[in-house]
Amino acid sequence: MLPVPLFRYHATCGGHHTHDAPALVFTNVELGYAGADTPVLSGVNLSIDRGRSIALLGENGAGKSTLLKSVAGLLPLRDGKISVLGHGVGQCHHQVAYLPQHRDIDWGFPMSVRRFVLTGSYIHLGWFKRPGKKERVAANAMLEKLQLASLADRRINELSGGQQQRLLVARTLLHGADLLLLDEPFNAIDTENRELIRTVLHALKAEGKTLVTATHDLEFGVGFFDARYCLGDGQLSKEAPA
Amino acid sequence: MQRALLAGLLAGVNCAVIGVYIVQRRMSFFGGALSHTVLPGMVFAFLRGVDVFWGALGAALATALGVGWLSRRREVGEDAAIGVVLSGMFALGVLMMSQVNSFRDFNALLFGSVLGVAAQDLWLAGAVTILVLLAVALINKELELASVDPEYACVIGARPNRMRTLLLVITALSVVTAVRVVGALMATALLITPAAAALVWARSVRGAMLSAVIVSMLSVFVGLLVSYHYDWSSGAAIVLAATACFGVSWLVRVIQR
Repeated sequence: MLPVPLFRYHATCGGHHTHDAPALVFTNVELGYAGADTPVLSGVNLSIDRGRSIALLGENGAGKSTLLKSVAGLLPLRDGKISVLGHGVGQCHHQVAYLPQHRDIDWGFPMSVRRFVLTGSYIHLGWFKRPGKKERVAANAMLEKLQLASLADRRINELSGGQQQRLLVARTLLHGADLLLLDEPFNAIDTENRELIRTVLHALKAEGKTLVTATHDLEFGVGFFDARYCLGDGQLSKEAPA
Repeated sequence: MQRALLAGLLAGVNCAVIGVYIVQRRMSFFGGALSHTVLPGMVFAFLRGVDVFWGALGAALATALGVGWLSRRREVGEDAAIGVVLSGMFALGVLMMSQVNSFRDFNALLFGSVLGVAAQDLWLAGAVTILVLLAVALINKELELASVDPEYACVIGARPNRMRTLLLVITALSVVTAVRVVGALMATALLITPAAAALVWARSVRGAMLSAVIVSMLSVFVGLLVSYHYDWSSGAAIVLAATACFGVSWLVRVIQR
């Protein structure tokens, strides 16, 4: 069991897990944004076992990000229930890591690359505790893994788009979660960055992490996804294996 | 004069520290609004014979919480919420002032009067400064995260909305201390200008805060010195000194690039 912070953030489960529960269970879920009459997705029923890698496919606006945000606790459900690792949404923060889309970050904020990665350790520190040697060592290891160590002291806005995307992956890794929600991890990056991120994601899958990836990109390599789900017309459906 | 300098430095320190977050999070309009919306509270306190600090504090907190509440609801955008609250509160202040025969009584409230700083004001400014510095020291990492990536802050349960409300309340406290020194109409300058000058160069929040504090203290010192020797309005002199610092900082950065 991971150490629980003295002043942990809101509604963390306190390290008590149901190890045999599936990673995700959606039961008649309806999702939508406040003020909009039409739901983005409705009637979503889905169960994802631990250690599986799932792709959410669909056009822009189909609801891929909306689905991930609802699992991450960023969007309240209109109806239905989502169980995350046996807990309600937002009750097991340290075991759920979320990789947002590149555009959701304020890259102009005065922050170094090293400090940005360290934010991935905050969930294990809780309120008032600052990152110590252990967290810095772990952050440096993630920077090494994503080949960003030489850029650690740069400001985050001094990185290229691909490097920033790798930075987001590094932070997601430092979070150390069992369930990773990845929103367009390959969006607008070049081949070299894509290859590096792909290698890291394949390693996570090999470690037995559960990966749910929103993408319209199928260049993840053979065997990366265990199942593909298509989103369209407000519905989610399983794609037949190729 | 010593009392004026100390009050100016205290207000300058807490405004500069919190101003870094206000400027970086593009909440300068809110900072500007706060310095205007304290007016009815100050006038009310003045007319009741109560220390204007408490009137300003009440109005500033009401504004901070009101804007926070209005903008969390999705019917009104944040800038519109600030605009509505600003103009309404300022109009209320002007209406209350018009009930009194002479506007001259309110000169110190509008334009500041460092010479009128009492010992009690110093204690209050000192207490607010300690509170602001303590709050920032305790939750700086969460404030930083909520600023750079509010979604991730939400995912880990660090409650970015509450961080934001706390930031609004701390800002309200800082502006109230600045109002005593430079007046209601120019208090925004102490909040925004030193932070903006620092952020032109900053590579970290901590560095920006330190630079903003130096700019702020320099502005207060130079402004009061000029005011003393040339009989200028102290508030205007301080604000102009801060504006000059920003101008130099920006110009050097532009030339360097």
